[in-house]
Amino acid sequence: MSAALILRVNGREVAVDAAPDTPLLHVLRGELGLMGTRFGCGAGTCGACAVLVDGVETMACDIPVEAVSGKSVETIESLVRDDDPIVAEIVAHQAVQCGYCLPGIVIAAKALFARADGPLGRSQIAEALDGHLCRCGTHVRILDALESVSRRRAEGAA
Amino acid sequence: MTRQGPLPAPLGTAPRVTDWIRFEPDGRILVLSGRVELGQGNLTAILQMAADELDVAPERVSITGADTTRTPDEGFTSGSMSIMLGGQSVRFAASAARHLVLAEAARLLQTTPDRLSIEDGQVLSGGVETDLDLWKLAAQVDLAVEVSAFAAPKAPSERRVVGRSLPRIDLRERVTGSPFVHDIVMEGMLHGRPVHPPHIGARLASLDIEALRGREGVNAVFRDGQFVGIVADTEPQAIAAARRAASEARYESDVAAPDDAVEAIGGATGEVEVVAATGDPAAIRGREFRTRVTRPYLSHGSIGPSAAVALWSGDRLQVWTHSQGVYPLRQALSDVVGLPLDRIDVIHRPGAGCYGHNGADDVALDAVLMARAVPGRPVKVVWSRADEFRCAPLAPAMSTRARLVLDDHDTIAAMEVEANSAPHGNRPGRNGAPNLRAAAYLEKPFPVPRSADIPPAKGGGADRNAVPLYRVPNLRAAKRLVHELPYRTSSMRALGGHLNVYAIETLMDAVAAEIGEDPVAFRLRHLDDPRARAVIEGVMADAGDIVARGHDDSSGWGLGFARYKNTAAYCAIVARVELDETIRVTDVRACVDTGEVITPDGAINQTQGGILQAISWTLKEAVTFDGPSVATESWLDYPILRFSEVPAMRVSLIDRPEEPPLGVAEAAAGPTAAALGNALHKIIGRHVTDLPLTRDAVMTAMMES
Repeated sequence: MSAALILRVNGREVAVDAAPDTPLLHVLRGELGLMGTRFGCGAGTCGACAVLVDGVETMACDIPVEAVSGKSVETIESLVRDDDPIVAEIVAHQAVQCGYCLPGIVIAAKALFARADGPLGRSQIAEALDGHLCRCGTHVRILDALESVSRRRAEGAA
Repeated sequence: MTRQGPLPAPLGTAPRVTDWIRFEPDGRILVLSGRVELGQGNLTAILQMAADELDVAPERVSITGADTTRTPDEGFTSGSMSIMLGGQSVRFAASAARHLVLAEAARLLQTTPDRLSIEDGQVLSGGVETDLDLWKLAAQVDLAVEVSAFAAPKAPSERRVVGRSLPRIDLRERVTGSPFVHDIVMEGMLHGRPVHPPHIGARLASLDIEALRGREGVNAVFRDGQFVGIVADTEPQAIAAARRAASEARYESDVAAPDDAVEAIGGATGEVEVVAATGDPAAIRGREFRTRVTRPYLSHGSIGPSAAVALWSGDRLQVWTHSQGVYPLRQALSDVVGLPLDRIDVIHRPGAGCYGHNGADDVALDAVLMARAVPGRPVKVVWSRADEFRCAPLAPAMSTRARLVLDDHDTIAAMEVEANSAPHGNRPGRNGAPNLRAAAYLEKPFPVPRSADIPPAKGGGADRNAVPLYRVPNLRAAKRLVHELPYRTSSMRALGGHLNVYAIETLMDAVAAEIGEDPVAFRLRHLDDPRARAVIEGVMADAGDIVARGHDDSSGWGLGFARYKNTAAYCAIVARVELDETIRVTDVRACVDTGEVITPDGAINQTQGGILQAISWTLKEAVTFDGPSVATESWLDYPILRFSEVPAMRVSLIDRPEEPPLGVAEAAAGPTAAALGNALHKIIGRHVTDLPLTRDAVMTAMMES
């Protein structure tokens, strides 16, 4: 019988029973009931399941849960609590159609802005999102929203 | 009492006010809609229409999407009819409710209804607040009466809520929450995964079912014919078992497939159905121009795969699904499993983006079959990405030929448009069959029927937009359905409109170039409809900077125009394209006339989305096959438009509040494809006729010229 894995998810320590090779995505959605991280392809190719592991954007479907033991995992749920400015701009720009791809994109944006030194141009933001697929065609609005975030950060820092 | 416009058709099956509008405690209104929210914002728009007629703040109104336990039966949410049919029905019902309660208020206040007004549900008489409100009055009035007898919707000048961009009511939850079918958690729920044969007609020759049953966590393995469903305690256990089963299963098949499906469709001969005929185009002689364009099979490619939850307890079956049509699905499920309709509840819950008849109904049957194996336990089934590519209906491949004849004045004297196509219309219940995938696998299978396609009265399928809006005195439009291919196809956004508009609009540009006329002027010369002219002139005015940059051998712009179905929204698109190592769409401008605009931002959102999706289809996409099986199984096989490939975009709306509202969600597809083709034509001097317009396709076209 294997010992339970201890994870640190959204600032809290949790013990999980899942087999160590279980993809993190299914541990989040199954055992931990955190449904905000979404299943899109199971192969790390669409971005819907993106989370932050020690601040780095990681596809949760493509990493076994044992690999995040001892690391900090942040999911979209943590951004809801903080009323993150990224989510606020997405809502303000109505940058959503079906919304399925959005949490992964919000996570990617969070990582992008955390490591950005100064303001980011539209094409820089777009390149950072190339691992995220959106089928409804909300790209233009999402880029508009994230450009706004970048501008506000620059204004805030000034 | 005067009524605005004809009575919307859904009121025929749900004629009473109470079918649509309920006055709830705490000053709230509930709208019951038979439409489903696909991410296009329709329920928000319909809510606005109700709020406007009742003069209540939109915040007081809730709306529920289709649910066989309580909403009207509006068939499928498809064809861009949500506002035209669903919204108009709610508008009429809310209007009837208003007039009924105001009549009662007038009686109580001993005055006449024309002296009364409503502000956020409060009744005013002569502008002065009374102690009456909609809820007090509704409690005293019989609202289970015919909408048609009492409805008199507001004149455009009286509307306060529609025409403004109300924020989407469901938006935030879709970003950070868990509203999807995929997120449903129920007491005792198990997880199911199907093991689909590689194609319909393949027979399961060997699979060790007992070994699957013995796997850890597996509760049940259900086999019926070629269908296998595995039910397990956890999702990873179900996924692993299904993967093992898929790799071990051996199938036999006699199903044949052509080497090149698109060529087979293009080369098909056989009966055509003529959908429009005026004059005698075949007899007209003059300067003649022809084209033949093709497109491959496409995948819906929704980011979330199809999913469903089913619970079979005792003699009652409940299904939670993102199907576009809960009532037709209920009928189809009833036909397959033999349970009467009144024992089946089908309730809509959001799925990821839906662009037509995708796998939502199929996975519902998968879940139902698996739930039957574990009675009393809900079963959630989520398709894998490979299931989604391989098993969902495909958008049909097509080959469209067009012939155009000019008279001595360089005016169009005749046109013939003929579309060969795999069928576009195989929704559940159509063509006398359930059309649920697993039903074709069962020991007693429901065979896949011969599709009749969508009738012209409903906008056509393969023939959608095969009739140009241009003035053509001798016209023939026809379609030829090709049934012989083994690939399952059904409706996807715009249907035949994507390729047929590509055919017509590229031919128009080719003709204009040949006779040395400006392509815009050539079109306008043949358009009598002022609304059509307005969107073309509008987009050209908006794209002045793009046009001014002209074209050369590495960049250019193109125009595309159509009125969707010739009855819905008008859309004109200008696209600028650059060609070097890649094909890059740098700018898109759109001008759209959707009649009365309910939610301007929603209409713009749908148009932007339609443009980007059409760019992706047109430049990148093609499903591939391995004989009778779909070979495409991952995003690596099927690249779609990425963020770094997205153009700068501007959409403008022409609002016509005096006109009926028109469906907009599918209007941009054909014009966008055409604008890209026409831009490339300016750059390389010829049209590329076979989609997708990849760089290789463009290079090949250049070498051939």
